[in-house]
Amino acid sequence: MIRFDNVSKTYPKQNRPALDNVSLEIEKGEFVFLVGSSGSGKSTFLRLCLREERPSTGAVHVLGKDLGKLSNWKVPHMRRQLGTVFQDFRLLPNKTVGQNVAFALEVIGKPKSAINKVVPEVLDLVGLGGKEGRMPGELSGGEQQRVAIARAFVNRPMLLIADEPTGNLDPQNSVGIMKLLDRINRTGTTVLMATHDQAIVDQMRKRVIELDKGLLVRDQARGVYGYQS
Amino acid sequence: MRAQFVLSEIGVGLRRNLTMTIAVVVSVALSLALAGASLLVRDQVNSMKDYWYDKVEVSIYFCIKADHNSPQCASGAATDDQVAQVKADLDKMAPLVQSSTYESSQEAYKHFKESNPDNPLLAAVGPDAMPQSWRVKLSDPTKFDVIQSAFAGKPGVKSVDDQRKILENLFGLLRGLQTAAFVIMVLMLFVALLLIVNTVRVSAFSRRRETGIMRLVGASNFYVQMPFIAEAAFAALLGSVLASGLLIGGHFFVHGWLAKKVGFITFIGLSSVLAVIPLLVVVGMGMAAIAAFFTLRKYLKV
Repeated sequence: MIRFDNVSKTYPKQNRPALDNVSLEIEKGEFVFLVGSSGSGKSTFLRLCLREERPSTGAVHVLGKDLGKLSNWKVPHMRRQLGTVFQDFRLLPNKTVGQNVAFALEVIGKPKSAINKVVPEVLDLVGLGGKEGRMPGELSGGEQQRVAIARAFVNRPMLLIADEPTGNLDPQNSVGIMKLLDRINRTGTTVLMATHDQAIVDQMRKRVIELDKGLLVRDQARGVYGYQS
Repeated sequence: MRAQFVLSEIGVGLRRNLTMTIAVVVSVALSLALAGASLLVRDQVNSMKDYWYDKVEVSIYFCIKADHNSPQCASGAATDDQVAQVKADLDKMAPLVQSSTYESSQEAYKHFKESNPDNPLLAAVGPDAMPQSWRVKLSDPTKFDVIQSAFAGKPGVKSVDDQRKILENLFGLLRGLQTAAFVIMVLMLFVALLLIVNTVRVSAFSRRRETGIMRLVGASNFYVQMPFIAEAAFAALLGSVLASGLLIGGHFFVHGWLAKKVGFITFIGLSSVLAVIPLLVVVGMGMAAIAAFFTLRKYLKV
């Protein structure tokens, strides 16, 4: 699903690489936590997976494609096969919950009939059934993140990438979101989640990949958070 | 691409950016109106050339009594033989000389009186102050030189005049106007382009959240860029409609007012104006769309 072969990434005008010779593989159906302190290279790792950046050296394979060799015009198609969720939700404040999810389908040219059918389905799935008409501003943080997850999952992607999805949420909402991500994972979707949330990592006991100053320092099945931040 | 989705996005974009949109519409309208005016003046000059070059004549004036001071008329007024000799020579020059008509001193005086009824000179001069002449029509009006060299200096001939010279002044003026319109158009076009670039940039910034999500969920570049390009093209469409209105208004101004004042010019018709309009619309929209496209390449990364 994701394979890094000796990947390094150095940003322009910086001496130290943000990611230093990282090699790893994430299999289909896995649930993986990506941990590390700020500046450890987590964001760079995710950006490489999304082909927002290209590696300086080495090769990044996602969904069987070598992203370094993927031409620009094929990138949108590749991104349709994965879902992304962020700490700040990234919802459109002037659209309703339903419109926010539908927007993701409209802009990839899905027919209206298909949109009308799948949007309520996916909102049901994330536990927001009947809230299509609400505005994001009227929802709690946890509910907004569910909308974002619905939008990411509405195309049934093979891979879901989440960048600190619980970073803005209280512990109770965080647990709800983790349950939802776990359920999505059980449908066969690979989940890669960067997080600072020690309690969640310790509780879930999933594979943990730890980065430190751009180096891969730990790759542990059924791991724990493992360090004091 | 679903039309309804695109249209609603365009509407939102244009309203959000209303002042900029107005600036774009007005500058596009002015530059296109000038471009159209410049094209129409060219048409006008061409049609006047066709019309007037058909009418212009070369005049061969003969000496009158009062001319005895000038060297070519030292022998006094031209004799009937000299006049007849010139006519005979003219007839030999067919087909360049299409026809020639005689104007006597009496006729010349009458014409002068008709066109200048209040001239104080009329009281002082009689018909014998007007030279008799041959009015020569050429098959090719540009070959004035041939007639000039053949008859200037012949006995009894005072001068050979080309009416085309008078027209050349007028055409020169019109061409000057055309060039001025063109130069102003280029400047306005430049302003319009800068405004479009700026509008698209502001629009891209105010829609960065939407475009960010579009990129995230894998919308194609076409989908991401289309609302901006359509916005610019739509503003240019409004501009070109306004420009067309200005040109048509200008047409009625020329025909209703100027044509009465300047009776001797036949102005080009509404059909010429209407023929220019599609060109303006296409050029305006195309230019705006291309400008928007290249701006987006800079401000919207994949």
